[in-house]
Amino acid sequence: MAEPARARTSRPRRRSAAAWALAPAWIVVVVAYLGTMAWTVVISFTPSKLLPVYTFVGFDQYARLFTSDRWQVSLWHLLIFGVLFIACCLVTGFLLAVALDQKVRFENTFRTIFLYPYSMSFIVTGLIWQWLMNPGLGIQNTVRGWGWQGFTFDWAVNSRMAVFALVIAAVWQASGLVMALMLAGLRGVDAELWKAARVDGIPAWRVYVSIILPILAPTIATATVLLSIAVIKVYDLVVALTNGGPGTSSEMPAKFIMDNLGFRQNIGLATSAATVMLITVVCLVTPWLYRTYFRSQAGRT
Amino acid sequence: MAAVAFPAEARGPRPRRLTAGRIGLYAFLLAAAAFFLLPVVVMVLTSLKTMDEIRQGQIFALPQAFDTSAWSTAWSSACTGLACEGIRVGFWNSVRILAPSVVLSIAIGAINGYALSLWNVRYANLLFAILLIGAFIPYQVFIYPLVRLSSAAQIFATLPCIVLVHTIFGMPYMTLIFRNYYAGLPPELFKAARVDGGGFWRIFLHVMLPMSTPILIVAVILQVTGIWNDFILGLTFAGSANNPMTVQLNNVVNSTTGERAYNVDMAATLLTAAVPLFVYFVSGRWFVRGIAAGAVKG
Repeated sequence: MAEPARARTSRPRRRSAAAWALAPAWIVVVVAYLGTMAWTVVISFTPSKLLPVYTFVGFDQYARLFTSDRWQVSLWHLLIFGVLFIACCLVTGFLLAVALDQKVRFENTFRTIFLYPYSMSFIVTGLIWQWLMNPGLGIQNTVRGWGWQGFTFDWAVNSRMAVFALVIAAVWQASGLVMALMLAGLRGVDAELWKAARVDGIPAWRVYVSIILPILAPTIATATVLLSIAVIKVYDLVVALTNGGPGTSSEMPAKFIMDNLGFRQNIGLATSAATVMLITVVCLVTPWLYRTYFRSQAGRT
Repeated sequence: MAAVAFPAEARGPRPRRLTAGRIGLYAFLLAAAAFFLLPVVVMVLTSLKTMDEIRQGQIFALPQAFDTSAWSTAWSSACTGLACEGIRVGFWNSVRILAPSVVLSIAIGAINGYALSLWNVRYANLLFAILLIGAFIPYQVFIYPLVRLSSAAQIFATLPCIVLVHTIFGMPYMTLIFRNYYAGLPPELFKAARVDGGGFWRIFLHVMLPMSTPILIVAVILQVTGIWNDFILGLTFAGSANNPMTVQLNNVVNSTTGERAYNVDMAATLLTAAVPLFVYFVSGRWFVRGIAAGAVKG
């Protein structure tokens, strides 16, 4: 990040052109970001149902929220989904990147294949996997047709497995992104390092585990933060793949909020859940943004 | 911006002839490739089968006779609720939403990025910090007040509404990548333009924009795929007359009553995926650079 060129000669007239150019951005930031955020937080302290009312009831909605079965179960699903999704994406992405970094033939082709699901929407991803995990016509029936009668892969409609169905689909969609980030990281590793390790006779896997992984730590941190945000936001995929079901076996917080804003008409509850989401994301993102962005900039100024 | 261009040369350990390890490596890569390809292959195969054939339940089998009627049904006569005009309605809605949203969000992002990186404006860091954090906050936090604001402005559930919303939520990313790009250009360039007496807009239009092709390509890729793939904003703000393709697809598939025409559903899904896939295959390396720009941020 280069230091912004300070225009010492800028006269007030010119400076005002730049300031005017940023006016739309300020309006959006103040109204659409800060204003709506504050509004959401305010409503979360009111008893609003279908329409907002502005009598304050303190933390009542939050108390209701955290004693609600549906919310508790959503958080639990989010935790299971999040841990498995992030872990699987990081491991798969890293293994794919390492494999591609071995001077393999058709590297471009493999890379293209691993990354293409990332270009598609979560709706498409969800629908694709809904069919593959459809017990009547999907993979389950096909494998049974091959003679393995006890085979089950009905996860999209199985209440014990629905969360794992979401994990599979999400890993399929997103691990290519991690692969791309990791591969870029690996290609940035100094070639001298590999030569030195070879001279010392250190086995390749040791180099990867003890030397390369620590070098990749910032990339891993970035990937983890990005995946975590995707986890908190996960909505489209749930709607397309399981629609939260069967029953509430794959409900997620983002869907809880949308449902309560919409047909459940529980605006106070929905906004308190959104506020919890807001706080979580800000706590997650701010230290990382500061470290990767503002600190490195300050270091050079 | 993290320029993620893959060097032609892999840097890993040099391979020795064909060892057990190499065979294992290729076996792993091929297995992974199968995992990533199989779902879409199954989709294509199924979309080319008749329902009779699908009921036999062999999803990996090749179609007995290539039947493309599911594709034309999906495009022009599949039903969403009461209307049976096919997924093409959603396609054209998405195009109408996409074009102005992409142009507007990129234009505003480029101007913001230019002003923030090269001009000495007050509170620039504050504005930038809020935008940066705003890029990560889930839409659920903003949605309800935005619905109320757009209703008050009497644009709720219209095309301008959804375009405005995409522009608002595209602004942080766009500002960020343009800011980083312009800050990375040689500073002499800007200084020379200033010495020559160029003003804010003149320098932007005659010096910066002509040099912006690489970042413009990245921005277009990011916004086209991002806006095309959007579901939640379209569902909330577009109104049923303007439902984008993703929303219509989900309605076609998940609200069908009676027996589902799986071949039609899969053709419709593939049609919805076609635009981002096309962008991906055409832009190749640029796409990787684009998602990394959106992802690494800095």
